[in-house]
Amino acid sequence: MNIHEYQAKEILRGFGVPIPLGKVATTPAEAEAIAKEYGVPVMVKAQVHAGGRGKAGGVKFCKTPADAREKATAILGMQIKGLTVEKVLVTVAEDIGSEAYVGIIVDRQRKKPVFMVSAAGGIDIEQVAAETPEKILYLPVDTRYGLRGYEAMRMGFFLYPDVKLARQAAKIMQGLYAAFMASGCSLAEINPLVGTPTGTLIAVDGKMVVDDNELDRHADIEALRDVSSEAPSEVDARNANLTFIKLDGDVGCVVNGAGLAMATMDLVKYYGGEPANFLDIGGSSNPEKVVNALRIITADTNVKCILFNIFGGITRTDDVANGIVTATKANPLKVPIVIRLTGTNEEIAMKILTENGFTASKDMDEAVKKAVALAKGGKAA
Amino acid sequence: MSIFIDKNTKLVVQGITGRDGSFHTKQMIEYGTNVVAGVTPGKGGQTFEGKVPVFNTVYDAVEKTGANTAVIYVPPMFAADAIMEAVDAGCALVVCITEGVPVLDMTRVYPFVKERGARLLGPNCPGLITPGVTKVGIIPGGICVPGNVGVVSRSGTLTYEIVYQLTRAGLGQTTCVGIGGDPINGTNFIDCLDAFEKDPNTKAVAMMGEIGGTDEQEAADFVKNHMTKPVVGFIAGRTAPPGRRMGHAGAIISGSSGTAAEKIEAFKTAGISVADRPMDFVELIKARLK
Repeated sequence: MNIHEYQAKEILRGFGVPIPLGKVATTPAEAEAIAKEYGVPVMVKAQVHAGGRGKAGGVKFCKTPADAREKATAILGMQIKGLTVEKVLVTVAEDIGSEAYVGIIVDRQRKKPVFMVSAAGGIDIEQVAAETPEKILYLPVDTRYGLRGYEAMRMGFFLYPDVKLARQAAKIMQGLYAAFMASGCSLAEINPLVGTPTGTLIAVDGKMVVDDNELDRHADIEALRDVSSEAPSEVDARNANLTFIKLDGDVGCVVNGAGLAMATMDLVKYYGGEPANFLDIGGSSNPEKVVNALRIITADTNVKCILFNIFGGITRTDDVANGIVTATKANPLKVPIVIRLTGTNEEIAMKILTENGFTASKDMDEAVKKAVALAKGGKAA
Repeated sequence: MSIFIDKNTKLVVQGITGRDGSFHTKQMIEYGTNVVAGVTPGKGGQTFEGKVPVFNTVYDAVEKTGANTAVIYVPPMFAADAIMEAVDAGCALVVCITEGVPVLDMTRVYPFVKERGARLLGPNCPGLITPGVTKVGIIPGGICVPGNVGVVSRSGTLTYEIVYQLTRAGLGQTTCVGIGGDPINGTNFIDCLDAFEKDPNTKAVAMMGEIGGTDEQEAADFVKNHMTKPVVGFIAGRTAPPGRRMGHAGAIISGSSGTAAEKIEAFKTAGISVADRPMDFVELIKARLK
């Protein structure tokens, strides 16, 4: 789950990371009032779940409160990577002496969280990584022991030869690591970590991504979720414990397991069709999930045919069959449905479907071809 | 012959009395798996289905029954502890079926398991099956038959799909292994490829990967440098939309995006035959076995 910059900064502040003063505004008048209260130049920053906000014009320096109002007017309502900006962060503009990058991410190769730090921070850090990898220090952390003092100091000295700054940086690393672990993150970064001309360090931007699997133990983080920044159908699916991504095609896919779901979409495309979505009903099955899946898919008016591809393991195919029957009794389908179903309890499932007037196949290739043909308005092969 | 599990596998089921645990334990027993014990804290002393003794701890189960393999069906927040308990109690192979285990939990579990010399499969995996002999996990037994193709996959249901097609075409399997799709898992493609290379009965390997990460590219290097047996591969997600990026750090650490095209290219370079559709495995394996 993504959280906004202002939320990440609040968490980091709680772990002792120095953060510039700032408040959130949803109107230009609020932005002006916040700038007036601070009485110094401010930054107005779009709060959306997208990278490259600065390059898209969503981050502006403002000398005066009137300037803040004007910039906020331009940024609020702006589209960045398809997301509408509904909030801005108005924050004190720091004097910038140096810009470092500090990030921590769970690395699947090392199987550990890895710190990445570089004195060459700022918006071009990815280019730095690609072209001058020696400017980045990678430091894996054994989470059983935590970030040790000497490891934090090593990163501090890598960034700043001056011992006072190195110590400040080490303390920030400890705070970032503690926030990362305490919030169940898969990523946390400060970019840039600014060194001011007066010799202090301050985190001017912060980003945190929380592992969705951690949310059950972090109600405080779940409460930070901003549903206005997500597609309504995706929010609906998540509430129903389904993984759903809307696409532009017309074959609505309901599949169990991410791998088979992707392979099904690939096969739809292989036979000349276009998938309308990725939808994984997941492992442990119950008929309710199927009812929800059908509701979400049929809400998409682009869908011309529904394709079920279920291979039962932990998912019991009889649960899926019952779900299809229940859902279509309550809301009869307006588009054709092609069902492919095999695996755990398939005899019971086939019986349920046949008794309720459905036909089902056991062959994936055949089912996909048929669904593509039906979506195109043709007859099934 | 087979890899990781065989007729000597003595299984303890953690979470045996839960909905999924009890259902799949029955299926495993029906298939012929030697299920010697179950564990549910507080239910020690009971018996499951009148024949499998239930214990409060894995320690008790191992001590009383000699279990050497554990399978886990406990809720995600308890899975990390369950894995460590099984390893600490002396199980040499631990298979974690549970989906949704926090990745930071796995950063603690992984070194714990390695340091004790045990093998973890999963989490978020379907387990494994040696057709006609034993199965541990949730792979439907009915779709498999004994034979000489080794199967390894990151996905659960996609594995079933391909095994089903192999079986229908008369291509039986030595062992089918689902390694799971989580960012940190106990056993990777290379571990399985290495075991299949050493297994005298395995004559060819079917490998199913997915977009994301670099495991498939590393597996391709392994095939190129260390394998004599033919490998046929598939990558799911050719048409998947590019995921939302995880800040700068994701790009810095991987240096590449883990796309299907990149992985397919790595496979081809390593001499792995690439199946464009799941059904293409059959012909490709037949061709490579000639």
